[in-house]
Amino acid sequence: MMQRRDWLLGSASWAALGGVRAQGLGRRARVVVVGGGIGGATAARYLRLWSDDQLDVVLVDPQAEFVSCPLSNLVLGGFTSLQALSRPVASLARHGVRCIQDQVTHIDTDRRLVLLARGDPLRYDRLIVSPGIELAWESVRGLREAHASGQILQAWKAGAETLALRRQLEAMPDGGVFAITIPEAPYRCPPGPYERASVVAAWLRQARPRAKLLVFDANPDITSKAALFKRVWAERYAGLIEYRPLHKAVAVEPGAGPGGTVRFELQSPERADVLNVLPSMRAGAIAHTAGLTGGGGTSGGRWCPVHYQTFASPLAPQVHVIGDAIQVAPAMPKSGHMANAHAKVAAAAALAELSGQPPDARPMLTNTCYSHVDGERVIHVASVHRYVAEEQTYRAVPGSGGVSEGPTTLEARYAWHWARTLWQDMLG
Amino acid sequence: MLVATACGAASQGQAQRASEGNGAALQARSLAATCAACHGTNGHAVADSAIPGLAGRPAQELIQLLQAYQRGERPGTVMPQLAKGYDDAQIQLLARYFAAQRPTAPAARGSRP
Repeated sequence: MMQRRDWLLGSASWAALGGVRAQGLGRRARVVVVGGGIGGATAARYLRLWSDDQLDVVLVDPQAEFVSCPLSNLVLGGFTSLQALSRPVASLARHGVRCIQDQVTHIDTDRRLVLLARGDPLRYDRLIVSPGIELAWESVRGLREAHASGQILQAWKAGAETLALRRQLEAMPDGGVFAITIPEAPYRCPPGPYERASVVAAWLRQARPRAKLLVFDANPDITSKAALFKRVWAERYAGLIEYRPLHKAVAVEPGAGPGGTVRFELQSPERADVLNVLPSMRAGAIAHTAGLTGGGGTSGGRWCPVHYQTFASPLAPQVHVIGDAIQVAPAMPKSGHMANAHAKVAAAAALAELSGQPPDARPMLTNTCYSHVDGERVIHVASVHRYVAEEQTYRAVPGSGGVSEGPTTLEARYAWHWARTLWQDMLG
Repeated sequence: MLVATACGAASQGQAQRASEGNGAALQARSLAATCAACHGTNGHAVADSAIPGLAGRPAQELIQLLQAYQRGERPGTVMPQLAKGYDDAQIQLLARYFAAQRPTAPAARGSRP
């Protein structure tokens, strides 16, 4: 072991840390990862990579295919296919991750067991939960039924519903109205709704030139890249996109087909031919049933609190929670890039603790988020976040981060290459 | 303690230094992972990426690039903004980590992400 060990940078090894039997387990330690989205897949991949393939890593997700939310608004504008954004979760098997396609029904944090709908319970030494978000249908009266009937769609979790919303848009007559409603922050992907409006507007402008696009935002202003989106909308989509802040959707009444009427907390109701209602969001269902959201507090029980240094749950031992499901630190967006960053901090912390080492005292996170403003041009927001031990939270590093000067085709190229790199980083 | 075990008869002082060295190596590995979503796992760019790979590039070159981004002397899109998030010691760790990685097949360069 001494021969292959090299204390120089770039070659720290799991074996050098004392290895998987360090805690007297007498067997290989096992980490179970719940969720095969960006956070979960990244955690599984890096647990294998950083343990020199020594750790037993099991990933559970009901879906065989990862469908990227990043870039999926392009599908709504007809600028790419869903297939181009899809990758098999089982790619992780090449890296020694055992992928189980099943539904987690319960997590027994006392007995350290993950219970599955079909398969046998999985024992874990460490658990990483990356459950994503759940849509709070009950936050908009009538939405659950209108969604179930396929009339009013969310398409916020990319997949079949993305294609269904695209079909509704394609069937919309010229002169029709497409409306998007945005919930109060925090929600998954802050700039996503504004990107969606922009990309769909780019398609409408040439395919349905008399159409209107209404954006009803529960927030007082655009929540991300505000100045850039406003400029693009004024320059390119004047008379097409109409932005209305402080419009909180509270009820929907579908018509005979797609669309219908949306009611607001304060303003008069509005009608749309295609209605894309994004309700409030909260941590994925399993986080709630496993007791990882807690109750009350600033999170109001919607999100999972974590110790930010390690992403360990304060509510269950040996459990980490990552991705969109967590109660975010200041200035931390619920983004795919951020979930990828959480996953690496959690993976490193789990490995360190399994081998009896202290976790990284100063973890860092980056975020780069690209938004299309049409099929070919992109803007970004970027930030660097460091863990501040005294405050036990992350802070954006002063002087770092920023946004694009304006939309460019160069950044569209980077956006695609960023996405392909991210998919490879998480799935191998 | 575990490192001391691994080192067998190594003195406590050596073990201590080894432990610190390993801590720094782990910190470098984690820091480098913050670059991976764009530049590829361990700095290995995906095929035909417009975003350059970092693996196997000389440490001095990477340090100069990052410092030029920090000082605003090198134009770019996200990198002038992200580079300012890392201090000098972190830049040293990053550069040495990537320099120690096996180089990827000819990496696309000249882009300014």
